[in-house]
Amino acid sequence: MIDLKNVSRIYQVGSGKVYALDKATLHVDKGEFVSITGPSGSGKSTLMNIIGCLDTADSGTYLLDDIPIEDYTETELAKIRNRKIGFVFQNFNLINKLTAEENVELPLIYRGVGKAERKSRVSEALERVNLTNWSRHLPSELSGGQQQRVAIARAIITRPSLILGDEPTGNLDSKTTDEIMRIFRELHQQGNTIMLITHDRAIAEQASRIIHIRDGKLSEVRI
Amino acid sequence: MIQSFKMALKSIAGNKFRSFLTMLGIIIGVMALVILVSLVSGATGSVTDSISRLGNNLLTVTISDDKGSPINLKTLNEWMEKDGIGLIAPSDETSATARYEGNSSSVTIYGTTPPYETINGLSLLLGRFIKSSDVDNHTNVAVINETAATELIGYADCIGEEVSLDGVKYTVVGLLEDDEDSLTAVFGRGSIVAYIPYTSLMRLSAETTSNITSFFVSAETDMATAESVMTSLLMERFDQDDDAFTVSSRDALEDAMSSVTSVLMILLGSIAGISLIVGGIGIMNIMLVTVTERTREIGIRKAIGAGRGIILQQFLLESVVLCMFGCVIGVFLSWVVLRIISVVVSSLSISFTLEWNVVLIAVGFCFLIGIVFGLHPANKAAKMAPIDALRYNG
Repeated sequence: MIDLKNVSRIYQVGSGKVYALDKATLHVDKGEFVSITGPSGSGKSTLMNIIGCLDTADSGTYLLDDIPIEDYTETELAKIRNRKIGFVFQNFNLINKLTAEENVELPLIYRGVGKAERKSRVSEALERVNLTNWSRHLPSELSGGQQQRVAIARAIITRPSLILGDEPTGNLDSKTTDEIMRIFRELHQQGNTIMLITHDRAIAEQASRIIHIRDGKLSEVRI
Repeated sequence: MIQSFKMALKSIAGNKFRSFLTMLGIIIGVMALVILVSLVSGATGSVTDSISRLGNNLLTVTISDDKGSPINLKTLNEWMEKDGIGLIAPSDETSATARYEGNSSSVTIYGTTPPYETINGLSLLLGRFIKSSDVDNHTNVAVINETAATELIGYADCIGEEVSLDGVKYTVVGLLEDDEDSLTAVFGRGSIVAYIPYTSLMRLSAETTSNITSFFVSAETDMATAESVMTSLLMERFDQDDDAFTVSSRDALEDAMSSVTSVLMILLGSIAGISLIVGGIGIMNIMLVTVTERTREIGIRKAIGAGRGIILQQFLLESVVLCMFGCVIGVFLSWVVLRIISVVVSSLSISFTLEWNVVLIAVGFCFLIGIVFGLHPANKAAKMAPIDALRYNG
């Protein structure tokens, strides 16, 4: 379902070029739970942005569900992000002015789902992350773990092909980290494809596959 | 769309004071536009009203050069028979000293013929107006107005009294109501007026001769026909020389008046429009700040699937809503101010009301400003690259 071939991303820094990704090749099948590890500056986030269709590669090909991503305009990429990808970020990235349920509802609004269906799917998603009682609270009224659970609910509400976590537990204490990871494992068991970026080895090892990235080059690490 | 509208409301409400300051520009612009234009049109309405109440159903003809074929009473009688022409009455005036017993005062005397009463819409209180026989016989009779009766004679019921005009005795045969709305009333309120037969005035004043230099014409059916018939008659008589006479109608006065006021209205309207544009610049400024402040939010929205169109729509809607709010408040305050002005100047009998077409223009203009000045910030938001926006730490 994810098929990267020789993908490079080059940043111009001063007069020199930095390869954030250097001919990365990666294949992930449907239903896999993959973690990507590496030191900071190794190109983790770049890989993540390209896989998440937030950024496009300078060279190489990327097929997501057999669709070549390079050919799309920004609006089409937005549509793909909406339908196929659920993001969970390190700093939650919730919209502060919207309540938990409104945040969760937003991707469905962008997809043009009708109101009645939105409501039922929102409550379903919030129930999944155990936040039914907090649906009318603003992000500022929630703890970090709760906010991340709202973000997960927002990511899964569109029933995406791929859930992408960019250091989802990076800002959380170990107890909430366990809670969040339990949700990810459950999602994996229910058949979702999950990719997590982390530099926490303990978290990486919870995945069925670990990819290591260093200086823009990928290498497979089996446990 | 409804969702974007709610979001726009939320974001405006989330920053009330700033939104209010931004709206202030629009509020002031709208108030300037609506109030100024309503004031001008209120004042114009009252002036044109009083002009049309003077009667726009008569023509005034003045002869400046008779080219050796002067017009006399007989000519006028002949012309009265022409199609399209109603009545014609000569009019000449002089000033004289009127005496009655011990009283004396200066009086304006008009010399004319019977049709004058109908043409000018005079209303008699007592007695009669000048008759044809008075004109034929140079009778010394006078029809005076109420002011003349009360100031000169002392009481209104003065039919049959004799007053002397420049030493010649005249019998008062009729009493006219003081006409508040007549042209003479407008230009000389409360003046003492007497009407006498045209032929009698010829004897009283050396300047009045049988050659008539000024007369009033009423229309048989409509003024335009009467004016063209009259003009062709005069052209024929005066060797096609249109400098020899002037034919003027009150319509012309009204036209001139309305063109002056519409120029005034456009002028004031554009000044107010400029202040609205300044308000629009304020909107643009604050929208640019808002877009920068919310870069991260834009990134989030894009990450979860908002395309350019959706982001553009969201910010555009926000600026339009901001403008429309300002507009509504501005219109409401204008209404309040106009009511206050109306009460303050109520003695002038001018009514200042909200001009609904100006309100419509203001609403349309605000909408346009919201779009025009919101477009650049909204476009800036829509064009942000999602990763840069997500990474932004503001």
